[in-house]
Amino acid sequence: MTTTTEAVRQPSRPVLGRFPLPLRVLGYALVVALGLLYVLPFAIQLVTGFKTDPDAASHPLALVPSTPTTAAYQRLFGLSRAGDGVPFFRWLGNSAFVAVLVTAGRVLFDSMAGYALARLRFPGRSLLFGFVLAVMAVPGVALLIPKFLVLNIFGLFDTYTGMILPLLVDAAGIFIMKQFFESIPREVEEAARVDGAGVFRIFWSVVLPMARPALITLTILSFQGSWNEFTHFLVATQSSQYETLTTGLARFVSGGLGGGTQYPLKLAAALLSTLPVAALFFCFQRYFVQGANAGAVKE
Amino acid sequence: MSPRTTRATQNPPGDASPVSRPHKAGNPGTTGSPDAPDASGGSGPTTAPHAGRAPRAGHRHADGAWGWLFVSPMVLVLGLFLVLPILMALWVSLLHWDGQSNPFSGQAEFAGLDNYRSLLTQDGLDRTLFATSLRNTAYYVLLTVPLQTALALVLALVVNQRMLRGRSALRTVFFFPSVTSSIAVSTVFLFLFQGSGAVNTMLSWIGIKGPNWFADPRGVLSLLLGALGLVDPDHPTGVLASHSFMGLSWYQWLSGPSVAMCTLILLAVWTTSGTFMLIFLAALQDIPRELEESAAIEGVNRFQMLRYVTLPALRPVLFLVLTLGLIATWQVFDQVYVMGQGAPGNTTLTPAFLSYSAAFDDADFGQGAAIAFVLLALILCMTALQRWALRERNAGTGRNR
Repeated sequence: MTTTTEAVRQPSRPVLGRFPLPLRVLGYALVVALGLLYVLPFAIQLVTGFKTDPDAASHPLALVPSTPTTAAYQRLFGLSRAGDGVPFFRWLGNSAFVAVLVTAGRVLFDSMAGYALARLRFPGRSLLFGFVLAVMAVPGVALLIPKFLVLNIFGLFDTYTGMILPLLVDAAGIFIMKQFFESIPREVEEAARVDGAGVFRIFWSVVLPMARPALITLTILSFQGSWNEFTHFLVATQSSQYETLTTGLARFVSGGLGGGTQYPLKLAAALLSTLPVAALFFCFQRYFVQGANAGAVKE
Repeated sequence: MSPRTTRATQNPPGDASPVSRPHKAGNPGTTGSPDAPDASGGSGPTTAPHAGRAPRAGHRHADGAWGWLFVSPMVLVLGLFLVLPILMALWVSLLHWDGQSNPFSGQAEFAGLDNYRSLLTQDGLDRTLFATSLRNTAYYVLLTVPLQTALALVLALVVNQRMLRGRSALRTVFFFPSVTSSIAVSTVFLFLFQGSGAVNTMLSWIGIKGPNWFADPRGVLSLLLGALGLVDPDHPTGVLASHSFMGLSWYQWLSGPSVAMCTLILLAVWTTSGTFMLIFLAALQDIPRELEESAAIEGVNRFQMLRYVTLPALRPVLFLVLTLGLIATWQVFDQVYVMGQGAPGNTTLTPAFLSYSAAFDDADFGQGAAIAFVLLALILCMTALQRWALRERNAGTGRNR
């Protein structure tokens, strides 16, 4: 008995002994190589942003630019005269605007629906939960034309409303919140109810504050999801004034079939568009991890 | 019900009045209480949440209203932007509609099942393109799913090594590509895999002349067989060339993913392995330590531990990861949009992208919608299979316990 408790206390102790030294060295070398495989593309991306076009083309692998320049970033920020075709601030503004509203909507509506499905008793509840599970199975790419159709009919095509409204609720978020609310002990709500609190009051001032970890997870996943969203914006908009970082960059990159030109500019734009989610990731990594595993438990 | 009832009676003395939940406890003592004029409200919908004690007594009925109120945003958004559009698209898939008029006004020509027929049974360009996209995606799935699963498992085993220094940093590094935007990483891969790009420079160090990745439509299998002298890739002859299925010759079906498609496969493996690594990692950490310790006492070596203890414990998760990968890979779209849009020679065409380009580039929305529904049916079948198998498995383990 005592040995098992000790083992639990020291989870870092390996079950089997260490590898012999030569194997350990070899292992570390392989692991470092594997790590480089994941880091190098980003390193090259970062460095290439500070190269000139010819330099990027002739020395694609060099980790130091031969003639360092911030020309790409100047063009993105509209500081140079050659400010043509890449309205980066518009893309950034649209992405931020849409992502913030979608995140706010998802956090509120997903937790409301999750709470109702977990705790409130009302006719049709299990049917609705079945509906949520069914919706999670519908692949987004099969919805491209359907979404365009409905936005077109409602007159929402090429508007901010059309970009935001359909994303305000997501089934996976509802599922995460429902799972979490079911894990909260009922006593807390019962006590609040006995004290005379109404359903909304209990939800808002008792249950939601307890759901902070789940809410943070949901906030981060929603922000990441809407920031990286591509297909919905692709079919919901047409004019360049609604381009986000994803649709703008995708059209810029795929349209410019002029070969290997302007890569410093493209890679710098891609890097900047990655930064907000990257910053979130490095600050709140464990919530991303929870999100990845929550995606796995959806039966 | 019963534990809650007992709890109710154990409530703080200051608020111990059983009146607060007459309908739940069904306590006969409450009905006689003069303090509970609202007890009858439990049977009728009249108990609106007014002031005083009324909402408490009627809260089961109020729950119903509140429940629907709470789910109404979900019902509205999912109903209007998911269920309704699917029904609309189902209708449009039966039309020849060019996206101009209103498809529900009867102006567009009704085509019946023509759009589906031209995809599946009728000889022609539509079917050839669709078959090509299915072939491309089948190879994409066939290579991506095993590779990403194996790589994710290896990464998880590495990061799970208790004596490895910097394992949390490594976990971060492996996981990071998964959270970035698919468009941004596709841009990076476009740069890396250029004809004279970083990857080919690295290959040249070990004496390999890399292909012109994105411009190479040749099938990898046909190249391999050609190198062995079994077939001539440029002039296929014999049975393979003379037989065809859905408008593609057997040779075209069997030529493998194109070189260009291989970059998409590498990209998918690279970006998704981190997510699946985390799923494996969680499962690895759930393996009971006693199990490993008793195996260690038995004197197993590392390989035996992996083969007879670790891998069997991971089997349910392995199935989950394989099916999640299978479902996700059939939907590949973003990367195709950025990295070639079907080029070269339609070898990176996928059903999702074909559906998009049929509608938005060729203004044939009926055809596009039909492709989307064939794809939807395919993916839903796989999801149903997955859920069914996982349910069986869960039920099975439950019975064994």
